[in-house]
Amino acid sequence: MILAMTLLLAFQLAGEGLSRSLALPVPGPVIGMVAMTLCLVLSPRFLALMRPLCEGLLSHLSLLFVPAGVGVIGHLTALGAMGPGLALAIVVSTAVAIAVGALTFTAVAKLTGSEATDD
Amino acid sequence: MTDFADIWSYLSREPLIWLTTTLAAYAVGDACFRAANRAPIVNPVLIAVILLGSLLWLTGTPYATYFAGAQFVHFLLGPATVALAVPLALNIHRLQRALLPVIAALLAGSLAAMASALAIAKAFGADHALLATLAPKSVTAPVAIGISDSLGGSPTLTAVLVILTGITGAVIATPLLNLLRLKDWRARGFATGTASHGIGTARAFQVNPVAGAFAGLGMALNAILTALLAPWVLGFF
Repeated sequence: MILAMTLLLAFQLAGEGLSRSLALPVPGPVIGMVAMTLCLVLSPRFLALMRPLCEGLLSHLSLLFVPAGVGVIGHLTALGAMGPGLALAIVVSTAVAIAVGALTFTAVAKLTGSEATDD
Repeated sequence: MTDFADIWSYLSREPLIWLTTTLAAYAVGDACFRAANRAPIVNPVLIAVILLGSLLWLTGTPYATYFAGAQFVHFLLGPATVALAVPLALNIHRLQRALLPVIAALLAGSLAAMASALAIAKAFGADHALLATLAPKSVTAPVAIGISDSLGGSPTLTAVLVILTGITGAVIATPLLNLLRLKDWRARGFATGTASHGIGTARAFQVNPVAGAFAGLGMALNAILTALLAPWVLGFF
């Protein structure tokens, strides 16, 4: 558990270091995620080590957004007169993006013969 | 005997009380979610945020005081993002088979999110700074803030729009995708993560592990793509 936590933080730290030093537009944790995915695929032992901690952390991923969410409440008035327009833009664009993304995925999967299998 | 006001004035300055209430509010939100048979409209983040927001308002507590306690939870967002590597690695064979659908859905979803949001805001009379603030709203917060800043937007307001987009995606994804009769968990998850980053991804994990893995992938890829495309797309508005 301690080893897995240390390695998880080390990947984030390495990602942050790389992101800052090369001034990349991608944040450290995302770079850490990509690097760790490569290592996990290459080593089943590493995957077995990291799996319990990471799955535990991800099972309550929603909780981690609560502090930032509470911060939003104080800023709702900052939307001002543009509030209704922005609210509509967010709801409609999110619905459009989900629908377009999922329909495109399904259509291309069908065209390229990589449909879902229940393996 | 020490009076209540003294105890309160001590406790309210300590991180412990706001860390505890954050977990308690989320536990209440999660209990409501389970009691409602995991209905997407009963979103645990939304319930916890409303409960805590009301509590802060009632007790006159500034957000900075609250955050001194809640930061311990907030900190875990970074490690949790790295932890998404595990479901990605476990589903690597599915990802390899779905390479073309992933690329197509990423481009389509990312452009649709930006273009439709900017078009609507512009119709409501938003100026260039506000459009720059809105453009990266589908992307995970740290990236969105960076994009907004570099385009001349307001990073604080972008953070607000990002959270609102995430909660919107988490609430509407399931009913919308059911309405479209899409049953492929890869497509459902990927589109949700692309459009509504980590909060959508958290929702996808609640529904199906394959959807969760693809949502995490969609979130990561869209963070990179939006950073590259946002300046170009904004040029059209």
